[in-house]
Amino acid sequence: MTAPKGKQRTLAVVSAGLSQPSSTRLLADKLAAATVARLVDENIETRVVTYELRDYAQDVMNNMLTGFASPRLETMIDAVTAADGLIAVTPIFTTSYSGLFKSFFDVIDNRSLTDQPVLIGATAGTARHSLALDFALRPMFTYLHAVVVPTSVFAASEDWGSGDARVATLPARIERAAGELAALVARSDRSARVLDPFELPAGFNPAGLGPSR
Amino acid sequence: MQFGIFTVGDITTDPTTGDTPTENARIKAMLTIAQKVEEVGLDVFATGEHHNPPFVPSSPTTLLGYIAAKTERIILSTATTLITTSDPVKIAEDFATLQHVSDGRVDLTLGRGNTGPVYPWFGKDIREGIPLALENYALLRRLWREDYVDWEGQFRTPLQGFQSTPRPLDGVPPFVWHGSIRSPEIAEQAAYYGDGFFSNHIFWPASHTAKMVGYYRQRFEHYGHGTAAQAIVGLGGQVFMSKNSQDAKRDFRPYFDNAPVYGNGPSMEDFTSQTPLTVGSPQEVIDRTLGFRDYVGDYQRQLWLMDHAGLPLKTVLEQLDLLGEEVVPVLRREFAKNRPATVPDAPTHESLRLARVAASAPAPATTGAEVHHDLDTAAAISPPRAGSAFGLSRSAGNGS
Repeated sequence: MTAPKGKQRTLAVVSAGLSQPSSTRLLADKLAAATVARLVDENIETRVVTYELRDYAQDVMNNMLTGFASPRLETMIDAVTAADGLIAVTPIFTTSYSGLFKSFFDVIDNRSLTDQPVLIGATAGTARHSLALDFALRPMFTYLHAVVVPTSVFAASEDWGSGDARVATLPARIERAAGELAALVARSDRSARVLDPFELPAGFNPAGLGPSR
Repeated sequence: MQFGIFTVGDITTDPTTGDTPTENARIKAMLTIAQKVEEVGLDVFATGEHHNPPFVPSSPTTLLGYIAAKTERIILSTATTLITTSDPVKIAEDFATLQHVSDGRVDLTLGRGNTGPVYPWFGKDIREGIPLALENYALLRRLWREDYVDWEGQFRTPLQGFQSTPRPLDGVPPFVWHGSIRSPEIAEQAAYYGDGFFSNHIFWPASHTAKMVGYYRQRFEHYGHGTAAQAIVGLGGQVFMSKNSQDAKRDFRPYFDNAPVYGNGPSMEDFTSQTPLTVGSPQEVIDRTLGFRDYVGDYQRQLWLMDHAGLPLKTVLEQLDLLGEEVVPVLRREFAKNRPATVPDAPTHESLRLARVAASAPAPATTGAEVHHDLDTAAAISPPRAGSAFGLSRSAGNGS
């Protein structure tokens, strides 16, 4: 199906890499570029907003301690949660996502990623850490009711070289994952939604449940 | 406009001396502070309610009863009374008793508490926090307004022909504020009944408070209690003052940096710019507080958090002197400027009593029996105007 000319989507990218330059950010950028290319094939113009969590590390920790987001973090959270798709990439530390990565998803409203298409990625020194994607990141986003695409992308240091002939190369994995995400982003109306922060639960009655008199 | 103090009642070690007050010393300090509130010319003293250390005020009406005997003028209030885990029957009786003891100088702010385990301690489920607040308050209102109550709900033993005792002083229930940081359901509840809405204000950015208060005001009008501008709004605030702004910053910083709520988090400067906390000269406090009106509109009650984070009693009393001598007189004058005559003051026992008398007088043709729902607030907060607050009552028809 071809989208009408002028269709627009937003794609948020969150990278928890710490170094500069960062292979985590590099993977995030490659995933984003591949997704955007797939959307271009469908005549969809994509606006990409990319955030390095390192730039928000203090704000994330302050939010955890005080319970509210600083204005700049709030702006960033709003942009991430309102996007039609999210690419979330973390380095693997001590068998799991980095603490900063987890902390960011701990401070956002746990309903704010509901239904959001998400592509997860991770980096580490060796491929022995690759299952962290499926035992740590995937369950976390499932808990948040996000829609995680089937292919997640792990890049070990050696993947940035020629790659192992016995498995799909990193570029091939990126392409497959990007195709899955692009298909969901193309159908998303998330960025066009108007959120009502004061929406009351269905059936809400300010006088209670209606006591039987 | 009313000005006052609200206290959490925490026992916190003074980070500058290492001293930790005993429970006895802390309770006595709260009682001293309340009397100082009257002495320096403020209007309201409100205590929190907690059921776990390091907090001492588990029995607010005991504290307020003592303060009632030691003061003559100030309003005794709460911030907040736990409507979720306390039995509404006991709340009805405790606060009606306090009305008689204090000759009506009572109102209360209802809240849901900030300690999860309180729910299981009192046999409740935290996931039912909002439904508990709604149902318990619906019962509380009836206990104060109806002599004999037949009642059955989800959360409490049914009542048949129950009469809470004593009856409210002069047949006038205490005015109720509903406190909330971020639940639109509670703002909706406050608006539905035409009750007051108290925004904690101090732990969140002003933009958030502005949105919550704006929502409450709009719903207050929707339910026919008056215009949005006539809704009854209270705000928290947090200040530390010294004649010289730099001295205030220097003296408060160790308390800020170690405070249980925000310590070791944002810098005092960041927290000051992102929340209503003001650390500086009395003039800076005046300017900042007057600015609240820019985003919540003309409001009725300003309470400050003063005795927390381990500040010694002597310091708190000095702060109250500054508030009473240099800050509040200016605020009273400045807040009165450009305040429309149609914006009411916060209801008091006397204004509610007069409204009740007026309401029981022979009614004009446009008001009927269905208006009882709005009478307590709408009539008390502004002179009766033909039609508006009375006749527009939608809540009487679509409520309980």
